[in-house]
Amino acid sequence: MTTTTPAPATTPTRTRGTGTTATRLLGIATVVMLGWLVAFGLGFSPADRDQDEAVRIMYVHVPTVWVAYVALGVTALCSALYLFTKKHSLGFDRFAGASAEIAVVFMALTLVSGMLWGKITWGVYWAWDARLTSFALLFISTIGYLAVRSLGGSHQQRAKRSAIVGLLVVLEIPLVHWSVRLWNSLHQEPSVLDTDGDVSIEGLMLFSLFVGVIAFTLLYVWLLLHRTRSMAMADLLDDVGLDQALADRRAEGASS
Amino acid sequence: MIATIIIGMDNAFEILGSYVITFAVIGGFTWRVLRQGRRLADQVDDDQKYWT
Repeated sequence: MTTTTPAPATTPTRTRGTGTTATRLLGIATVVMLGWLVAFGLGFSPADRDQDEAVRIMYVHVPTVWVAYVALGVTALCSALYLFTKKHSLGFDRFAGASAEIAVVFMALTLVSGMLWGKITWGVYWAWDARLTSFALLFISTIGYLAVRSLGGSHQQRAKRSAIVGLLVVLEIPLVHWSVRLWNSLHQEPSVLDTDGDVSIEGLMLFSLFVGVIAFTLLYVWLLLHRTRSMAMADLLDDVGLDQALADRRAEGASS
Repeated sequence: MIATIIIGMDNAFEILGSYVITFAVIGGFTWRVLRQGRRLADQVDDDQKYWT
């Protein structure tokens, strides 16, 4: 006699985390580049003729502000893509939101490293200078963007209102960047390209700065991918929770 | 070699401080992003994760 055994019930698999092979490789490359940044920034690069050892802060300060600008640019681009494409994809909205979160972190780091650099070169941590003040305003505006994202409503409502704010916030970047030329500022002119567009640093100093920019850019991409995936899952669970609440409410109505 | 350079550095507090704070904040943020991802991934099936 032959017996048939029922097939085991298949349970859906749930992989831990938001990583893939690609993000793991990206993460390893990022860690290696960050190690190089420390080695070159604190060790191999020479002291500057004018700023002496204080120039070493530049290798973290400039890459953090670079990432902050790129992140805000991505927020603006994705906000525009959300608003002006027919599909109004929430994927663009999540990229915009994740990028703005990263921008806030890197702007805070820019402010802190800039204050420490200012203490050495200006003798004070903070001055109400055009560059510092405009950057602080950009920082606060980006926090405002995140606050707008966290207001209630549907995902589409969140996406629409935050996309409009995102496009407004990014308009401050040119003001911050050109503030050192528009007004008398304590802050130095751009570190890499001078007013004629020529490269004003060279050798190991330029290489160390390049390592920092590459390291932090890789880190930004890695963080953006992970954060966007988390946001997609959070939205999905929100929808499931809403569907469940509606079903419960209907069941309550039917039984009464 | 790097340790020797750092110890003898002028303004070591500010210079090292900028690196320590930068890496500490990045580490903390990364940890938060990963932990949140793991917590959410435990509640969502793989067929609903577009990256799997």
